[in-house]
Amino acid sequence: MGDLAFDRRRFLRGAGGLLMGTLLFTSGPVALLAPSRSWALELNTLSSEEGARLLAMIRRLYPHDRMEDAVYALTVKDLDSKASTDPGLADLLHQGLAELDRRAGGNWLEAGEAEQQAILEALQDGPFFTQVRSTAITSLYSNELAYHHFGYEGASFPKGGYLHRGFNDLTWLPNPPADASPVPFA
Amino acid sequence: MTTYPHDDDSVVVIIGSGAGGGTLANELCQKGVPVVLLEAGARQSPATFINDEWPSFNQLAWSDTRTTSGSWRIARDFPNLPAWICKTVGGTTTHWAGASLRLQEHEFRARDTYGQIDDAELLDWPITLADLEPYYARAEDKMGVTRTNDIPGLPGNNNFKVMYAGARKLGYQHCSTGRMAINSRPRDGRAGCQQLGFCFQGCKMGAKWSTLYTEIPAAEATGKLELRAQSQVIRIEHDPRGRASAVVYADADGRLQRQRARLVAVAGNAIETPRLLLNSHSSLFPHGLGNGSGMVGRHYMRHTTGSVYAEFEEPVHFYRGTIMAGIVSDEVGHRPERGFAGGYEMETISLGLPFMAAFFNPGAWGRDFTQVMDAYTHLAGLWIVGEDMPRASNRITLDDEVEDAFGMPVAHVHYDDHPNDEAMREHAFRQGEALYQAVGARKVHRVPPYPSTHNLGTCRMSAKAADGVCNGYGQSHEVPNLFISDGSQFTTSAAENPTLTIVSLAIRQADYIAEQLRTRAV
Repeated sequence: MGDLAFDRRRFLRGAGGLLMGTLLFTSGPVALLAPSRSWALELNTLSSEEGARLLAMIRRLYPHDRMEDAVYALTVKDLDSKASTDPGLADLLHQGLAELDRRAGGNWLEAGEAEQQAILEALQDGPFFTQVRSTAITSLYSNELAYHHFGYEGASFPKGGYLHRGFNDLTWLPNPPADASPVPFA
Repeated sequence: MTTYPHDDDSVVVIIGSGAGGGTLANELCQKGVPVVLLEAGARQSPATFINDEWPSFNQLAWSDTRTTSGSWRIARDFPNLPAWICKTVGGTTTHWAGASLRLQEHEFRARDTYGQIDDAELLDWPITLADLEPYYARAEDKMGVTRTNDIPGLPGNNNFKVMYAGARKLGYQHCSTGRMAINSRPRDGRAGCQQLGFCFQGCKMGAKWSTLYTEIPAAEATGKLELRAQSQVIRIEHDPRGRASAVVYADADGRLQRQRARLVAVAGNAIETPRLLLNSHSSLFPHGLGNGSGMVGRHYMRHTTGSVYAEFEEPVHFYRGTIMAGIVSDEVGHRPERGFAGGYEMETISLGLPFMAAFFNPGAWGRDFTQVMDAYTHLAGLWIVGEDMPRASNRITLDDEVEDAFGMPVAHVHYDDHPNDEAMREHAFRQGEALYQAVGARKVHRVPPYPSTHNLGTCRMSAKAADGVCNGYGQSHEVPNLFISDGSQFTTSAAENPTLTIVSLAIRQADYIAEQLRTRAV
């Protein structure tokens, strides 16, 4: 959870905004990892308002109702980091997020799920949507918080693999015979 | 460490260190032949492999730009990543899943067996299964293939248990944990499989065979091998007689070097191998080196593939343990009454969470997609591997506009699915769905092909020079000291995972090259 720690000195140096939130599912898999219920991520290029809008967009793209905003925030952070070294991307995000507000009649965050969905469908062939979606699909599901949320156990080598940790622990079907599936070596 | 001068024209230069090139290098070194092995990628080791999908992909995959066209969905979803292969010492043997199946006898005679098929250029191999059997046996021993040489099969994981139960309900008779080049117990100085579940990311146990930690160090131990990693070959040069004479490459610092050679063997995988020959055009070979027949780059095959994933009420945790944990072979025969020629295997597959998201339905978003991800720990999966048709129009060409860092045109990959491929894929999807429904799947999903890991046929072997690029030993029809040493040689794709056959062909080719060198035929 080191990335999520709010570092006031670094925050004050940066030009961007801040994403903050509170974990909702207090006994959920992410909360069990976290040192506290509050989290914050600094942004370099996007403002706090833009960060919040981008997070809501990614949640609408990949809706997992019981997944914490803190997981989505990591993808906002990824896009913000890329935009910090790519002025073209920064402009694309600034303009695209403003377009979301415009299409929502002022505030994207206040639009309902159906309205947000319709707005994104109308934008889905454009470069802003494509950039956000393609980054999100490789970022949102590729971090330790997401692994815990979905129950994926991640790196296994440090734990000795699954040979003695459940690689064949399925019990709701009969076991195959030994000629099809021999017993493991001792 | 052995080194050879750049002007030493007694060396065999091998381009690519994967299943073909790495094996050929070791086999030649064992016979005392001096070898310079050029590998575009860097050298990793089990210690540096990464148990995390995207970081590992960035470490191992060949991600240099390629371009695509054609009706295959890859051209839309992954226009610059047609193939999922590796740029690293050991090549794609770092990434492969280990399935080691011999081709069937009739698959060497595809034209004879299947007859004329419209819009396909089927051809019989110039060699037979009988020719290759002794080399298959040597390859299986070398690679430690389970269920050969008294090596026990691997234990099946949860994903296999689901496959096996479904296969039995469908009446399939040939389902097991298969023949795998993964140690089911310690062997040959390598560990037994600990069921890490990261076969695709480089085996951190070294339990899965890879040239990186078998063939290459064995070749180095002979004192006959110089491996030059991070050496990207630019072109092959020839002498006034039209014999290959040198290889020009960019070294790790990007400086161009020229290594003279007595003989050149190309094993860059079926996209880079033809690209290199095409980029090596000259006044003597205006259409590319060894391309008088015009066949270099044609007949690109990538197997008829697809996946079926199924959701269950109960957990599966399919990511635990070997990726290809089991195989159903009941559909691999040629039974034209099914509506297509050739056959297919069904092999378990699992993806970690990051790749599941990226490859389940590329481009998808919204709740239909996320509901599948929500069921991640309750998924089982299988991959289809079937024979696809060789077509002259499915081919690797040089891109007219896009160049690499060294100013050389990149490969353009064109592929249209043949009606036979589509009929086979439809049949396999239906059977895969039925298999999982037979054991209570809540939902089944058809998943489109991933970027191609099996790339074949682009310098195919042929009895007649006009029909292909090389003879039954992989020797160029036109340039006698130029050899094709990878899956580019395949005359047809057959239905089996190709690595075992590539290794077997390389062993056979090494015997032939050594004899050619000894008798000064080349």
